Amino acid sequence: MNGAGASDLPVRIEPVGETMLLLRFGEQIDAALNAQVHAAAAVLRASPLRGLIDLIPAYATLALRYEPRVWIGDGASSPAIAPWRRLADAVRAALSAIDVSATTPPEPIDIPVRYGGAHGPDLDELARHAGLSTDEVIARHTRTIYRVAMLGFAPGFPYLLGLDPALHMPRRADPRRRVAAGSVAIGGAQTGIYPRELPGGWQLIGQTPLVLFDAQRAQPALLAPGDRVRFVAIDTNASSIDGAPA
Amino acid sequence: MSIRVRKPGLLTTVQDRGRHGFAGLGIGSAGAMDDVAMRLANALVGNEDHCAALEMTLLGPLLQFERAATIALCGAEVDARLGNAVLPMWSRVEVAAGSTIDCMHMRRGARAYLAVAGGFVTPRVLGSAASDLHGGIGRPALVAGDELVIDDRAQQSITRSRSWQLDPGPWFDASATRPLHLIAATHSGLLDERSRALLHTTEFHVANDSNRVGCRLDGERLALAHAVETISEPVARGTVQLPPGGQPIVLMAEHPTTGGYPRIGQVAASDVHLLAQRRPGDRVRFAAITLDDAQSRYLEHERALGTLIRAIHERLHA
Repeated sequence: MNGAGASDLPVRIEPVGETMLLLRFGEQIDAALNAQVHAAAAVLRASPLRGLIDLIPAYATLALRYEPRVWIGDGASSPAIAPWRRLADAVRAALSAIDVSATTPPEPIDIPVRYGGAHGPDLDELARHAGLSTDEVIARHTRTIYRVAMLGFAPGFPYLLGLDPALHMPRRADPRRRVAAGSVAIGGAQTGIYPRELPGGWQLIGQTPLVLFDAQRAQPALLAPGDRVRFVAIDTNASSIDGAPA
Repeated sequence: MSIRVRKPGLLTTVQDRGRHGFAGLGIGSAGAMDDVAMRLANALVGNEDHCAALEMTLLGPLLQFERAATIALCGAEVDARLGNAVLPMWSRVEVAAGSTIDCMHMRRGARAYLAVAGGFVTPRVLGSAASDLHGGIGRPALVAGDELVIDDRAQQSITRSRSWQLDPGPWFDASATRPLHLIAATHSGLLDERSRALLHTTEFHVANDSNRVGCRLDGERLALAHAVETISEPVARGTVQLPPGGQPIVLMAEHPTTGGYPRIGQVAASDVHLLAQRRPGDRVRFAAITLDDAQSRYLEHERALGTLIRAIHERLHA
């Protein structure tokens, strides 16, 4: 992947109806593919492409919502070229100069977490599943620097890449009707944070006091796609349910 | 002085043209399900296109006007009364202080829009007044006792009010039979042969559990030729998803920004408002269209709607 320059960025453009183009870099959840998504998003955000309404990064795809009216063209070509084809050409041109390896990853954002007890009711089960002590689970969860692969599911919900494989654990068979805001959770190979109280099936291992999402803030989501994140264990309430020392 | 909600109806929300530019943060657009009817209601009372209006669903609200106002009601055919008189739809109507508007059942269609000249004084969150009930953003659905404050700043420029009525024909499918144009999507080719044929021939019905997030289609179950692993990818309004059970879901105004199910089609943008007006049990048929054709159709639709809205404004200010 090193030195993956310009022309080798393999991207397929798939229209999603009249107002969205999907740029496909691959089909899997993979850190290198996701890095391409964020590099392309940065280039397109800085580009003078007209009529862009939204840029939506996902694991291996990047969507552009656009206003087709501004891509109608001057009527010089006959037959007329559809707006989506014009935009697709412009996007390919804008991405031709991209160099994924040249983009500097952002500084990690620390997320304080109270692990276990009432804050993370599934921590013990995850430890049993992984064959590790809860301390070792916490150590492994806080050791990694994660990348915000994408936001989705609910406003401000970050899907984080980089979970230690030893901590992978399937979702709960019975999803909870209510998961508390700030819950740090594991679902399969992914880890994420519930931005507000929501129903959810992921394994809950801790909780952050940070407010992940507030529509009234100038920056409503604490984490943006492409950000890097590190979890930091903070003291659990001394009277935690399992009585273990913090 | 304002409008008092005496009965909220089945589901009445404040909507505008939606919240845009934040989808990358997982924030969907929400906004009116039938954007066309809402824009025309706004035009009739002299409001800007993006002004907030009330969206009512199947059974409308009972509203007490504590001040005089100019209103327009567009969209589904509502059995609506102004006092004891029938309230005409697709038309400017002057409402005297103290009167009530009772929007009862909808005879045809599922959603109607009530716009008030000047619009409502309602908080805008991230650039929009739209209620995103599932995303938890904006004003919750109306409940009895709520107050809707009319913005007093507008309306000075309109000096006379003629009564005339729009022809809803081009904008509202009263028979609920027009086929919806369907564009191919990323996973269309993965449908098995039978499902590929069925998608464009069978008659689906709008399921009872459809809502502002999505419209579920009852009828023949569809299947992929072989199972595929799909990961979360961005989706759009009108995207047709196929969950493992085989019952297609068309994503509507409050859809999440990303989804993990195969995407087997995309309802043409100029037809999504028709689906918004289908009631539970109504028929849905798809007709294939290429993206190039769909895009010209969409541009033509927007052009025609824009022309009509400008003509209404000119007439109001003439």
